Amino acid sequence: MILSAEEWTAVRLSLLVAVTATLASLPLGVAVAYALARGRFWGKSLLDTLVHLPLILPPVVTGYLLLLLFGKRGPIGEFLDHYLGIVFSFRWTGAALACGVMGFPLMVRAIRLSIEAVDTRLEAAAGTLGANPLMVFATITLPLCLPGVIAGAILAFAKSMGEFGATITFVSNIPGETQTLPTAIYTFIQVPGGDAGALRLTLISVLISMAALLGSELLARRIGARRVAT
Amino acid sequence: MSLDLDIEHRRGDFHLAARFAAQPGITALFGRSGSGKSTLVDIVGGLIRPDRGKVLVDGQTLVDTARGVFVAKHRRRLGYVFQDSRLFPHLSVRQNLAYGRWFARAAEDGVAPSFESVVELLGIGPLLDRQPGSLSGGEKQRVAIGRALLARPRLLLMDEPLASLDEARRAEIMPYIERLRDDVGLPILYVSHSVAEVARLATTVVILSQGRVTAVGPVLDILPLADTGDRGAVLDAVIERHDEAFAITHLTCAAGELQVPRLAAPTGTSVRAYIRARDVMLSLQPPQEISALNVLSGKVAEVANSGAQADIRLDCNGATLMARLTNKSVQRLALAPGKPVFAVIKSVSFERS
Repeated sequence: MILSAEEWTAVRLSLLVAVTATLASLPLGVAVAYALARGRFWGKSLLDTLVHLPLILPPVVTGYLLLLLFGKRGPIGEFLDHYLGIVFSFRWTGAALACGVMGFPLMVRAIRLSIEAVDTRLEAAAGTLGANPLMVFATITLPLCLPGVIAGAILAFAKSMGEFGATITFVSNIPGETQTLPTAIYTFIQVPGGDAGALRLTLISVLISMAALLGSELLARRIGARRVAT
Repeated sequence: MSLDLDIEHRRGDFHLAARFAAQPGITALFGRSGSGKSTLVDIVGGLIRPDRGKVLVDGQTLVDTARGVFVAKHRRRLGYVFQDSRLFPHLSVRQNLAYGRWFARAAEDGVAPSFESVVELLGIGPLLDRQPGSLSGGEKQRVAIGRALLARPRLLLMDEPLASLDEARRAEIMPYIERLRDDVGLPILYVSHSVAEVARLATTVVILSQGRVTAVGPVLDILPLADTGDRGAVLDAVIERHDEAFAITHLTCAAGELQVPRLAAPTGTSVRAYIRARDVMLSLQPPQEISALNVLSGKVAEVANSGAQADIRLDCNGATLMARLTNKSVQRLALAPGKPVFAVIKSVSFERS
């Protein structure tokens, strides 16, 4: 299958955005999932609602809120630009931010469920053996909930590959900078004679999604196999 | 080692108020289920924060609610063997054993057996490269004991370590616990509701009933007083000789000579005989021409009636023996404190526990 240079750029950019969004949100996702699964603190249901918000809101609304907050004139965007030199608006980093936010609820849900399934009695046993809470998390909780962490990451990755509304609202559809697979397909459909291009990118999109799903299955199976190995 | 404990804890309707000091050796927390034994061990282990009170190990304050002291469980360095072994399923047996050892590597106190000696002591060498999921219940418990030992504990907590095992597996692990007591010299707080386990293993017994300590003392004195439903007495004895022709072992104890089924231990070994109250028959005359091989003479120390039955406490030359009779027999023999009697025990009623 032959892709034009512009199409290749869209594919590469999509992968870059999705991988960045997934990896950058993973540590925070695990932390929030752990807090929601095990924590007892004031404002827990507020945090839960906040995390789930991108799942319920129309993507356009999420994108617009990101624009208000992280745009050049937005309170957070201005601060980051001024002090750290990080710019989100109309950059691929902004696309990654939008994708990360949209995938976050899916990621947190999967990880939270798997943390809740970890037997707290094992964690208590690790404590009596001298492990402090951080070590208990690193050596017991995290390895035991790893399949859930992988599932959450794959969900966030898949969501990122397909994210359209929030991305196009926040960072627009600039070829080579913010044009990902879905927005590129959208552009092709808008112009006469773009059907062939749209179909090619659609096929690529299907292939990447299937590969991601297959990869996660294999990974989960390997972890599962190691656990029951005799 | 010393353990001093004085705590109060309320959970729902259950109120636990316990106070005792444990001696070296195995201290058994004994009582029916729901008497608060496990809660007490969890408080010592740091898994539960008591409402009020103090816990001291070797003079170090682990809990003092009045001063706001609560040492986190990972800083207590007490080995904890749980009823449900709680091995880490994602680690091999070897990694499970090494887990606590790694955290205790900088410690200087507590017992510090080598990895090899623990593996040898518990007979778990062939299991090292297996995953916990593939082990039998008895194997899991032995690995759990090894894991706790290798964390260099100052005190070992064992919460019904044998309760989830069948009789054969129990018999398999008991010798290992005896070796911890005798060879390693590790103080142990041992929770159990089994008289047989307590009689065999314990040095000191703490009896708990509905959240209260009702008796504390050496096992020989305390166990006959325990409300166990299956009352009995423990006699410290020494193997005198084996009668190979009849497969019988002769024991000597303070109360006299006992003949029991052949024991697999050499002459001179100290053993404990647990004699259930319902296996003991009383006679006013020295019985003659009877099948039972054991006749001990003694005096009635106490008659405790309950319903249609009575528990008679006997003083046999300083050793305590319990006998359970019907009230009818008590009346017929006119049993009362001070009366000399002969206790008859069939050899076959002894079980190797």
